[in-house]
Amino acid sequence: MSTPRVGLLLSRVRLEEKYLLKALEERGAQVEILDDRKIVFDFHQDGWNRFDVVLERCINHSRALYALRILNDRGVPTVNPWKVALVCGNKLETTSALVREGIPTPRCRIAFTPESALAAIEEMGYPVVLKPAVGSWGRLLSKVNDREAAEAVLEHKQILGSYHHSIFYIQEFIEKPARDIRSFVVDGETICAIYRYSDHWITNTARGGRAENCPVTEEVDRLSRAAARAVGGGVVAVDLLETREGKLLVNEVNYTMEFKNSIHTTGVDIPGKVADYVLRVAEKGRAS
Amino acid sequence: MSKTVECPECGATVTFPEDVMQGEILSCPDCGIELEVLSLDPPQVGPAPEEEEDWGE
Repeated sequence: MSTPRVGLLLSRVRLEEKYLLKALEERGAQVEILDDRKIVFDFHQDGWNRFDVVLERCINHSRALYALRILNDRGVPTVNPWKVALVCGNKLETTSALVREGIPTPRCRIAFTPESALAAIEEMGYPVVLKPAVGSWGRLLSKVNDREAAEAVLEHKQILGSYHHSIFYIQEFIEKPARDIRSFVVDGETICAIYRYSDHWITNTARGGRAENCPVTEEVDRLSRAAARAVGGGVVAVDLLETREGKLLVNEVNYTMEFKNSIHTTGVDIPGKVADYVLRVAEKGRAS
Repeated sequence: MSKTVECPECGATVTFPEDVMQGEILSCPDCGIELEVLSLDPPQVGPAPEEEEDWGE
């Protein structure tokens, strides 16, 4: 087999990208770095088919989504495919896919005006969490404890936010045990999981949450694989919440997962597993 | 010998790691600002891009 040609589409070279680059090169791949600030796509000229596969590692969701769409339409296999980015990059799309597949997830309502959002919140009962449909790292999440707070946050979102902040994503607040679970799924296999501990209700490690290894129980495995399948994916990180009753709920699914804090914690070679999968996709693309 | 640059924010000396790559993000050891490696030879850094609304994973 000739040398696999891999495009590594990225915005910034973080530790994750360095690990992935190293893992791909160790496996004999020829890797070309594609900086999303510099690339230009010409719909009428091909050239992207010089890659057997493109691994997407953008930080901007919009750039990732559109680049993947264009590449897939040109016949270039990508990790992940553009539909996975579409579903995971938007919480409304993710929840819709999870509910469609019967996967347990916190109760959620969508409303398009502050008035209907307030009515939905009042019906659901407090507290609720308001989230931007597109966004990450726990930013702009609002835990709304009462009607006054709901009115204030909804007004702020409508007046100060851009249009998409008026797509109101309202989620039931889950009383969880000062931690959540993040599992990593590669090609339909739950390769490992971590607990993310924080005294704050937002447990994201990007916000300072602490990571510990989490055993991949039968339930974590089953739900993680089901969530990955629901979003159509490849390589994803699944965020799970534990309820007081001991049930697990799928909260979100991430398609350009960060994992630098999870390699040592779990003892699993996450970039190696991802690189192996990327090269399998490359091989499959060449065979077809 | 490791390459060094001057932090454009505070003037401190920032040392490139051995395996540094163009586009890599480094932190200034003195002021903590995030710096992007713009060039390896000559060694150059600039302020890393500011966080945008659709950033994430």
